[in-house]
Amino acid sequence: MDAILLQILNGLDKGSAYALIALGLTLIFGTLGVVNFAHGALFMIGAFCAVTLSRILTLSFTTIDPERTDFLGNPLKVETPYVESWFGPEIGTAIIDWSVPLAILFSIPIMAMVGLVMERGLIKYFYKRPHADQILVTFGLAIVLQEIIKYFFGANPIPTPAPPAFSGSFDFGALIGFDPNLIIYPYWRIVYFLFAGVIIGAVFAFLQFTTFGMVVRAGMADRQTVGLLGIDIDKRFTVMFAIAAIVAGLAGVMYAPINSPNYHMGMDFLVLSFVVVVVGGMGSLPGAVLAGFLLGILESFASMAQVVALLPGINQIIIYLVAIIILLTRPRGLMGRKGVMEN
Amino acid sequence: MTLIRKPLSRRSVLRAGAAGGALLATPTLLTSRAWAQGYLNEPTGSTVTLGFNVPQTGPYADEGADELRAYELAVEHLNGEGDGGMLGTFSSKALKGNGILGKKVEYVTGDTQTKSDAARASAKSMIEKDGAIMITGGSSSGVAVAVQALCQEAGVIFMAGLTHSNDTTGKDKRANGFRHFFNSYMSGAALAPVLKNAYGADRKAYHLTADYNWGYTTEQAVRESTEALGWDTVETVKTPLAATDFSAYITPVLQSDADVLVLNHYGGNMVNSLTNAVQFGLRDKVVNGKNFEIIVPLYSRLMAKGAGANVKGIFGSTNWHWSLQDEGSKAFVRSFGQKYGFPPSQAAHTCYVQALLYADACERAGTFNPCGVVEALEGFEFDGLGNGPTLYRAEDHQCFKDVLVVKGKENPSSEFDLLEIVEVTPVEQVTYAPDHPQFAGGALGSCNSGA
Repeated sequence: MDAILLQILNGLDKGSAYALIALGLTLIFGTLGVVNFAHGALFMIGAFCAVTLSRILTLSFTTIDPERTDFLGNPLKVETPYVESWFGPEIGTAIIDWSVPLAILFSIPIMAMVGLVMERGLIKYFYKRPHADQILVTFGLAIVLQEIIKYFFGANPIPTPAPPAFSGSFDFGALIGFDPNLIIYPYWRIVYFLFAGVIIGAVFAFLQFTTFGMVVRAGMADRQTVGLLGIDIDKRFTVMFAIAAIVAGLAGVMYAPINSPNYHMGMDFLVLSFVVVVVGGMGSLPGAVLAGFLLGILESFASMAQVVALLPGINQIIIYLVAIIILLTRPRGLMGRKGVMEN
Repeated sequence: MTLIRKPLSRRSVLRAGAAGGALLATPTLLTSRAWAQGYLNEPTGSTVTLGFNVPQTGPYADEGADELRAYELAVEHLNGEGDGGMLGTFSSKALKGNGILGKKVEYVTGDTQTKSDAARASAKSMIEKDGAIMITGGSSSGVAVAVQALCQEAGVIFMAGLTHSNDTTGKDKRANGFRHFFNSYMSGAALAPVLKNAYGADRKAYHLTADYNWGYTTEQAVRESTEALGWDTVETVKTPLAATDFSAYITPVLQSDADVLVLNHYGGNMVNSLTNAVQFGLRDKVVNGKNFEIIVPLYSRLMAKGAGANVKGIFGSTNWHWSLQDEGSKAFVRSFGQKYGFPPSQAAHTCYVQALLYADACERAGTFNPCGVVEALEGFEFDGLGNGPTLYRAEDHQCFKDVLVVKGKENPSSEFDLLEIVEVTPVEQVTYAPDHPQFAGGALGSCNSGA
């Protein structure tokens, strides 16, 4: 029982990341009709926004410490971050420690800009082209983006820790009557899950309760009719692309402390998130979220030693296996709409 | 009277030229390669070309960049430029700083991408198109085994870079291949006594193992070494190489009876699995009345940097570390540090040393012929290259030298100062018989000069 609870918890944070990326993919597909294979790269760029802000906050000036020497025997150059000298060591250190949450604000304009440039500069030229062309161009774009990140940040993962206040673990087991230390879960993963919930809720609320969202939903349902009403739906869809980029970016920012960011982390998530979208139902936002959590939890279960011992290699194929079963039994996915991707 | 004379067309000129060229080239074609020269890619001019096959793209690109820096430094030193580095401390004095056998050293580079097929393709290209007489480098055992086999078939020497799997000089060993880097068995043999001293003989270990060749041999080596001390192995779980989030593999450890977690992971796998293990509070856990401990059998400074503060206090092993105080290491760190501004990694060290060892073997053999080089390297004993007295064992082409047991430093003084040397394990403790079960199968065969 405790093992099952743990795997459900494990699945939640990974499922949160899948759900956020799949939500963005679905928004783009539902509005613009583009299959965006560069969406994983947006997640990765978000994580590197956290790395970048951390580097900006730790920009330092150099002083020479004659008492100590470096690896060559020369007097040691001591780096002191500017923020520590401006605000004092305590406040300066606190600002640096909180660089990941601060990166949320930092990343929003950057991700919006990246999204707009991407859509206006490249993707809009592929709206009327076949999906295969869209996949090829966005996949190529993803490779270009990750190589740019590698050029500036290197190939190795870059540690980007959560604030010290969230570095411990919460003992769920003790809370619900199990032995202490049996079901523990890192605080930051709880934060990530809650954060994902807030973002998903905000996107749904935006689409459901604002005039802008209403027009977008109408455009998703019948683009031509909305256009005939004199509404510039293209402009709104471009904004939705930027919003989808922000969602993916925020998912990446907050994921940075869970796994040290590296240049190919987007690719690792992209394929699975695409499967999530298909399982959830192309164009269905609730379907993407539901499938994200469902597949995240299933993947966790399949990684259990007992399961792997019973079915070797199941942990590597479970998501695809479930996708095949769901698509065979429900060809439109869990919550797919009739008519989407069927012409 | 000829009214229309067929003009000499451009096409007919080309055709005639091609036929003539082929006729002229025929003797060369028939006698090319080794038939006339004795061995493949024999340098006939004033230069000799070495092929540096390193990961320039892909997950180990940083290690590859450091390897390439080391090779460039080695070429400088071999050609008599710079401060000479380890040439001054190397026990063999065959190298004079005038290239190799009087020929200036030039090099070409290839990108392994840390993929066996890409590595083979780049090595093949360097051998066939660029005339490389020796291939060296790499940061993965899968790549090393694949390129070593290719070099054996082609008839050039392969001086392995960073490869730690037992198989490279075990079941997949080849006569034309040589490994300076240590291996999984040596890691296990060096670590076990240190672990016993630090954590006692009554421990229960849980292994998470990268699901490929290197992971298997490392798990086997550490498991057998620790079990010989009295530890129990509770569970061994294979993790996919592509895994990035290890939480699903870490949480079952919490529910097992284990009090030690061994992470048989390297590179990004290790960074992520260790980070996840620390996030899930394993290091704060007390099991069976003992503090829970984590072990990383193969450490590298670049990996330690990626894992950040999570490596503090965690034991592992390494082939070499820049803080060593022997004359060879100091000379190398000085040369490398002055040229690039930071200390070299263990990957850089092993690659630099391999380049020097190859050049020295050519000088001592008096030829670039691979069979001569093999003979010169087999059973070669040397010192002054950073690891103390070392033997290139003839039976398997594996270097035998001291192994370093290291620990993540509690209070690093700089971004490079991440590991502290806990023990220099003497070579006798990590030496094994050539027919040891962990290295069983395979045969060196005989050298191939490409003739």
